[in-house]
Amino acid sequence: MIEVKDLHKSFGDAHILKGITTSFEKGKTNLIIGQSGSGKTVFLKCLLGLFDYEKGTISYDGKIISDLSPDAKRDLRAKIGMVFQGSALFDSMTIAENVMFPLRMFTKQSFSEMEDRVNVVLNRVNLPDAHKKMPSEASGGMQKRVAIARAIVNNPKYLFCDEPNSGLDPKTAIVIDNLIQEITNEFSITTVINSHDMNSVMEIGEKIVFLKNGFKEWEGSKETIFRTDNKAVTDFVYSSELFKKVRRMYQEENQ
Amino acid sequence: MKYLHNIGTYFIMIKDMFRKPTKWSVMKTLILKDIDDLIINSLGIVAFISFFVGGVVAIQTSLNISNPLIPKYLVGFATRQSIILEFAPTFISIIMAGKVGSFITSSIGTMRVTEQIDALEVMGINAINYLVFPKFIALTLYPFIISIAMFLGIVGGLAACVYGGYGTMENYIDGVQNDFIPFHMTYAFIKTMVFAFILATIPSFYGYFMKGGALEVGKASTTSFVWTSVVIILVNYLITSLLLG
Repeated sequence: MIEVKDLHKSFGDAHILKGITTSFEKGKTNLIIGQSGSGKTVFLKCLLGLFDYEKGTISYDGKIISDLSPDAKRDLRAKIGMVFQGSALFDSMTIAENVMFPLRMFTKQSFSEMEDRVNVVLNRVNLPDAHKKMPSEASGGMQKRVAIARAIVNNPKYLFCDEPNSGLDPKTAIVIDNLIQEITNEFSITTVINSHDMNSVMEIGEKIVFLKNGFKEWEGSKETIFRTDNKAVTDFVYSSELFKKVRRMYQEENQ
Repeated sequence: MKYLHNIGTYFIMIKDMFRKPTKWSVMKTLILKDIDDLIINSLGIVAFISFFVGGVVAIQTSLNISNPLIPKYLVGFATRQSIILEFAPTFISIIMAGKVGSFITSSIGTMRVTEQIDALEVMGINAINYLVFPKFIALTLYPFIISIAMFLGIVGGLAACVYGGYGTMENYIDGVQNDFIPFHMTYAFIKTMVFAFILATIPSFYGYFMKGGALEVGKASTTSFVWTSVVIILVNYLITSLLLG
């Protein structure tokens, strides 16, 4: 479980995060949603320790990260998997080498043990024959799946995804969303996903935190987001015609 | 103020390069790859330029000797001195700032733009050690390139002199051997090692700390070439004043 209390972050005079308090539960897909510029990415980078923050605390399973020694922070980071928006695969390595990279860096496994593990996770993300391809030879959806495989290969306790289905067609996006949810439930990982895709919210939003202008405006789940009266949330959720229709149908059904 | 900030950041990067080393089994592979990219892949261009510039130095020296009192072996002597003291260590380093420096800045800069450096940092890897240290170790072989440049420069001078009809082989070899001061080699290789350090670190600095997208990668490569060249020229002046002045 990841707990955040009164988190503040500024860049110069710009106050980006304004006292965010929330928690992300183990074994659940936790979504951070909000409009562009709402502070989602900064929040995610603070959680990951890529940005320092001025005030507040972030704790991983009760351990406050600002209190940890550099060695303890390094150990914690070895338990974190991250799927970047652009996949961030190392383009000088093959897909198998990319997936094997965390094992080479953080374990003392033999090469054959590492190969076996790579086979397992590549099978898990439905890429059993992609080992020797370079990232540039893979499609966007394949790259995302490789990024997920690399993120989970070392059995992380925490998985972070920054807009994991951006740039993907709706069908592939759903495949990626479902894959993340299955992995989260299967390995009981604390997963935090940064997204502004309402399809993801509907598919996998077991817990949703809505940010607006650096504040936590609302939190709930995919079931409660349709019932909320919070205007900022409804403006965001029902910004498209499709979701307006879905809402009307939902309300009619409940009447 | 910006320059002071950059200089400070550069020295912090140098310190971080030696901190929290990457696992040796991984580092070994990175070093071998960088030796291939930075040293082996530069041999062709260095050999080509050295041979022909050596030839041009010999021709120019020969054409500018009109006084019959000046000994014929001066062509070999002047070519050797020009090549060993300045052309091979300094001129080749400026060329390498363009070739190797741009490669380093653009490859690290592209990793920054595509979040690959963020991926390393999230994993708890010291990205500066992972990316810059292997380049620094690979470029400790830089004197090998400069030795080849020296040899081929002098051979190029010989070929131009003999086959161009500017002098005899005996006179040229006499000149190459005449009044040789071994400390000049020491001086040249001290410079080479310092330039190797500059070539590994300044382009890495501009790649690692760049911000923006693909366009900025190009701009960073250009800035990196300019500043690497400027620092090489300044350090060359400083070392020459200290060791030969």
